[in-house]
Amino acid sequence: MIRMIRHRGPDDCGTYIHQQVGLAHARLSIIDLASGHQPMSNADQTLWIVFNGEIFNFLELRQQLEARGYRFSTRSDTEVILHLYEEHGEDCVHFMNGQWAFALWDARERKLFLSRDRLGVRPLFYTHTGRLFLFASEVKAIFAHPQVARRLDFHALDEVFTYWCTLPPRTIFKDILELPPGHSMSVKDGTVKVRRYWQLNFGGHGTPHALDPHREEELAAELRQLLIDATRLRLRADVPVGAYLSGGIDSTIVTALVKNFTETPLTTFSIVFDDPDYDESSFQLEAVRFLKTDHQMIRCTRDDIGKFLPEVIWHTEKPILRTAPVPLYLLSKLVRQHGYKVVLTGEGSDEIMGGYDIFKEAKIRRFWGARIDSSMRPRLLKRLYPYMRGLRGQSEDYLKAFFRVRPEDLLSPFFSHLPRWELTTRLKVFFSEDLKQELRGRSTYQDLEAQLPAGFSAWDKFNQAQYLETAYLLPGYILSSQGDRVAMAHAVEGRFPFLDHRIVDFAARLPANLKMKVLQEKYLLKRATGDLVPESVLRRPKQPYRAPEASSLFDAENHTFRQAYAAELVSRDALRKYGIFDPETVDRLVEKCLREPRLGVKDGMAVVGILTTQLIAEQFLEGFTGRVSDGKN
Amino acid sequence: MEKIEHRLRKFVIDNFLFGEPNGSLSDDDSFVEKGIIDSTGILELVAFLEKHFQIRVEDEELTPDNLDSVNKVAAYIRRKAGLAQG
Repeated sequence: MIRMIRHRGPDDCGTYIHQQVGLAHARLSIIDLASGHQPMSNADQTLWIVFNGEIFNFLELRQQLEARGYRFSTRSDTEVILHLYEEHGEDCVHFMNGQWAFALWDARERKLFLSRDRLGVRPLFYTHTGRLFLFASEVKAIFAHPQVARRLDFHALDEVFTYWCTLPPRTIFKDILELPPGHSMSVKDGTVKVRRYWQLNFGGHGTPHALDPHREEELAAELRQLLIDATRLRLRADVPVGAYLSGGIDSTIVTALVKNFTETPLTTFSIVFDDPDYDESSFQLEAVRFLKTDHQMIRCTRDDIGKFLPEVIWHTEKPILRTAPVPLYLLSKLVRQHGYKVVLTGEGSDEIMGGYDIFKEAKIRRFWGARIDSSMRPRLLKRLYPYMRGLRGQSEDYLKAFFRVRPEDLLSPFFSHLPRWELTTRLKVFFSEDLKQELRGRSTYQDLEAQLPAGFSAWDKFNQAQYLETAYLLPGYILSSQGDRVAMAHAVEGRFPFLDHRIVDFAARLPANLKMKVLQEKYLLKRATGDLVPESVLRRPKQPYRAPEASSLFDAENHTFRQAYAAELVSRDALRKYGIFDPETVDRLVEKCLREPRLGVKDGMAVVGILTTQLIAEQFLEGFTGRVSDGKN
Repeated sequence: MEKIEHRLRKFVIDNFLFGEPNGSLSDDDSFVEKGIIDSTGILELVAFLEKHFQIRVEDEELTPDNLDSVNKVAAYIRRKAGLAQG
């Protein structure tokens, strides 16, 4: 099993086996390189732990534990968890500021305790069948066990082709579950108990916990201090730490915080695209000049994206609807080649501080929906998605049609996300008849509604949208397919100052109009840190990170596939073999891709979604056994 | 001569619905409201009209009133071509 995930931890490997319990660990050595070997035990060997991640406040926790009489034999954060558990039991996680997935065997209690960090930075999967309980950081390690069946979960496919991710604990594989973010679990005497230890709560606005909007200046100063401290903690490592610099404001802020408030010499890394629609190198270089970092770039072509997509899917372990994880996979390779194991990024800021266009879209649509006959209000629609070529220059009547507001939508808890989800749902037209039959009568919205926190309907509407983005897409896609999985493919650990839980809690209590003031996104963040970044980066229109989609797979000018494997996987035979998609329907899409040089968003998502689902079936259902025996991982 | 509506319906079904059964598209269905055509799709539709009906679609004519259903597009083509029947 552990051999399947050695890419995550190539520096060291260890196992602990006693009676019916086995723990294994592949180590990426970052803190206490010499004595941090795992599995690690306490002094009397009654507790054993395997741990992936970092406890950033481990020095402070260690001091407190030493004051309580605990003695340490290493300098590692791993040992801090052991003693923290001895002191507080399962509540130990409340004291931890970090990103973690760990399993701790308590031999006295004969209990296995597992936990995952609050926001879901680190992955943790498990399966429980009969007398067997297996867990791992990646599903492929669980699949290496001979008693585990490898099957797709059709309901999960329904979710991916709605939300772009599955709703935890479901994964794309039947009977393989993920421990949701902010949850711990215990396994004792064959009984599995999962419990939430932290709730992402955007309901603070309007309660006694809310922050006073009139204290804008103080709040900006408080946010700045929190960000400085979150960044400082995330530089703790016994190896050099680098940073991603996308050209956007968030990664520039993180880089600026390192430069301005620490002594750390910094190397930054970025992706450059040939296609000007996606390329942000001019802003990256401005930030580099301004912050004077040592900078490395990797140029990513359309052919690179097509070529490396299968490798990326081996790591994401789920279908994706966008190709954006591929360049990040190449970027982590560059980082590793330069001798770095740790990078800071600006991930999480758009969700927490209110930066995404989907929030702006919802705000404008709701404003318009309140006075649907207004002729002035829909003019704001022109402010949306300026980077989308297809929308630029559309008439106001067409914009009104695209962003229309149905009265019943205004009452939906999913108002902000319905346009995206309905667009994605249209991709199910490509599902096979058998799959459609399987899903008939099922409403995935009901599943999601059942998961919403108590009181959600009374939350501020802006905060509702933030919650949906932060609780689902962030861990289910951004931090996994676009984060941990493509970084750890090359043994690189991402760290995210904006996802320090103190900042998340602070942002959740902020009034919405300090996150997006009228239509100015990330208003308070810009106020708090705007002086640290170049004016041009601060003022530039928001552009989300994207990569070429269908054009990386099809050469429409010559009516050919760019990659032979793609032609094979969307052939009628391959589609029939896995039975997920309807061959005739997919044929028409493929013909269109081979003909049209510029495809719409929906068609691009469809072809990437179909191809990556086929790749999942090929790599994990059909060809997996060969990979295990070949040791190709 | 094949009726304009038939040619339009075939184009929309092949190109945007990827062969979804005929019954799923009525001649009055709004392309945008039913999620059939997005902003890029409008440009594809215009390219199709210009090529197959020998008309030129002016920028100011790019409106849902002209282009948002089979019947609306057919009426628009007839107006442009000055034809009473397809």
